[in-house]
Amino acid sequence: MSDVAIDRSKMKVSDEVAIQIAGMNKWYGTFHVLRDINMTVNRGERIVICGPSGSGKSTLIRCINRLEEHQQGQIVVDGTELTNDLKNIDKVRSEVGMVFQHFNLFPHLTILENCTLAPIWVRKVPKKEAEETAMHFLRKVKIPEQANKYPGQLSGGQQQRVAIARSLCMRPRIMLFDEPTSALDPEMIKEVLDTMIELAEEGMTMLCVTHEMGFAQAVANRVIFMDQGQIVEQNEPKEFFNNPKSDRTKLFLSQILGH
Amino acid sequence: MEKHFARTEMLPPMAPPVTERGVVKWLRENLFSGWFNTILTLVGLWVIYTLVTAALPWWLNSVWTAGSLAECRDIVVATAGEGATGACWAMIRERWHQFIFGFYPAEAYWRPVLAFGLLFAALGPVLFAGQKRNLTVLLAGVAVFLLVTLVPAHAPLAAVVAAVVLLAVSLGLAQVAPGKLLWFTAVFPALCFWLLWGGSVWTPIVAMLGFAVMGGAYLALVGRLGPTSSALIGVFLALLWWLFLDVPLTGVIDGVLPWGLMSVNSDQFGGFLLAITIGVTAITFSLPIGILLALGRQSDMLIVKTLCVGFIEFIRGVPLITLLFTASLLLQYFLPPNTNFDIILRVIILVTLFAAAYLAEVIRGGLAALPRGQYEAADALGLDYWRAQRLIILPQALKISIPAIVSTFIGLFKDTTLVAFVGLMDPLKGVTQIVRADINWKGIYWEPYIFVGAIFFVICFGMSRYSMYLERKLKTDHR
Repeated sequence: MSDVAIDRSKMKVSDEVAIQIAGMNKWYGTFHVLRDINMTVNRGERIVICGPSGSGKSTLIRCINRLEEHQQGQIVVDGTELTNDLKNIDKVRSEVGMVFQHFNLFPHLTILENCTLAPIWVRKVPKKEAEETAMHFLRKVKIPEQANKYPGQLSGGQQQRVAIARSLCMRPRIMLFDEPTSALDPEMIKEVLDTMIELAEEGMTMLCVTHEMGFAQAVANRVIFMDQGQIVEQNEPKEFFNNPKSDRTKLFLSQILGH
Repeated sequence: MEKHFARTEMLPPMAPPVTERGVVKWLRENLFSGWFNTILTLVGLWVIYTLVTAALPWWLNSVWTAGSLAECRDIVVATAGEGATGACWAMIRERWHQFIFGFYPAEAYWRPVLAFGLLFAALGPVLFAGQKRNLTVLLAGVAVFLLVTLVPAHAPLAAVVAAVVLLAVSLGLAQVAPGKLLWFTAVFPALCFWLLWGGSVWTPIVAMLGFAVMGGAYLALVGRLGPTSSALIGVFLALLWWLFLDVPLTGVIDGVLPWGLMSVNSDQFGGFLLAITIGVTAITFSLPIGILLALGRQSDMLIVKTLCVGFIEFIRGVPLITLLFTASLLLQYFLPPNTNFDIILRVIILVTLFAAAYLAEVIRGGLAALPRGQYEAADALGLDYWRAQRLIILPQALKISIPAIVSTFIGLFKDTTLVAFVGLMDPLKGVTQIVRADINWKGIYWEPYIFVGAIFFVICFGMSRYSMYLERKLKTDHR
């Protein structure tokens, strides 16, 4: 992956804060899944979150669009604090796109309908305009010819690219990726990662839970390592991979890169 | 064989051996695939032969024209010889109208017939949404049915002309804007009520205005208060309308413009008219109520959830007959004094609630079968609860539940015969008993039950086939 030529010219990080998390804690029942999370994401940053399974990395990004509720601390997304207020939650959700491990396309709708549903019903975009936007993004993820098929007729990689296009149709300012390639065959991983790289090149703010270390090295400007619900280490990718500070990180990297 | 082999000519395809093709293969695989299956096949053939030889003469000796059962038997003996048996369909020929209409006044038969035809015109846009060809065929079928039946049923010319115009407009709309036909579907319940029970034309119109009040209040408030509160306020205003304004307003307008049809009392209803009235109304209303109950049961809100669970478990925990007795006897006590609440209406309400409780559980199964990811994807896209339910969750959950939902509907339709126990004249017990009490037809057994059973079968089989069609049409998962 690291040999992919990547245009970093547009991948500028601004000073504007996109996501601010301060002193955040979360419990499942009595189990303390996220412990004292503090992080700031600036607009245009590409952050890769990695860590062993059960370390809370998925839970962390699911808190950012309130698919999970946090019990303590503060999460501010684009100036909107996530509280129990449903209006705020809907506002944040329509600004933040999310891509899931299992795609979660709507099987009863065509690819095009999957992409136009939220713009039409949430953003109140006229149908025709929504379809044009959808076709634009389907071309971008290189599957415009599948627009009238159903998700069940597509391969995993194609479905995941549709899922990315579906999120982009809402014109989000932030994209969350929850292990987007973990359910895919090796051949399909590349097509999805290529799409994500393209997105990064256009300056999208991205938070990405993934085990694709090549992607992290090539695209990320920060790698966050989590274990036991805590942020253990974060650094620029080069430093992170070549010169990890914590023993836990070293162990993890030796296991994941060792073979 | 030598070590090296190379084919010099390719073999042409050959037909399989005789035992592996055609009838022989089918017989061997399906009927004689082993000594045990061979015995079963022979026993089966013997049973079929015995049944047919026992029953066939009875069907072949059928008598269609006679004045009484005794006359029927004489004719059978005269034509087929001493000791022969024969069906006496003459009874059906003489009494068919009671099986269909009960004691509905004969000069008004055209009204239920018209309502029945228009029922399909109203169901069409719902049953065949987006299927222009099927919808056109259905509407044309309704038109033919009405043309053939309305005139012999002594319909006044105005009604025939109105029906023809209505269907012509519907056929036209089905070609250009099928969605508009749903407006007819929306007003059909009022039209049907008026056709069946008669009375002032203003009664159903003013009652329907209650829905206009509900919808108007909802649309006016939804921008400010959100969907749930404005829906509740809309329902409340509509209830006020029905309780306090409806009756006086109808009286006033009717005083000025006394248009109407001859009134028919509920105790004159009977036969399949009664079964279909109760069945169709209960089916129509139980589905939305069932959906709401299923959603309520899944709700995070404790009170809503408890109420729904309590309702569902209570209704499912008592036999339908108990509820019907409640409808005929007890319900009157809970209502304000002097309200004369129609017995058919009361039965419909209880049957609807009964079916809704079952449907709620069926739909809950469909909801539970959806992966969590569907809810999460809908949430992540910013869809609110009602939109997520309507656009993402329910279409999939209902699709999964179609077979079970239709089973419930079929059960419900057959259960309408239980209204016999509260004194209504259902086709199976009510009408058949009346017919068999007639001195002319005393002792007739098989014929009325076969006739009623056949009609029930046709209707239920139709529902079952429609559900299979719907499943095929909605199949998009390509598994």
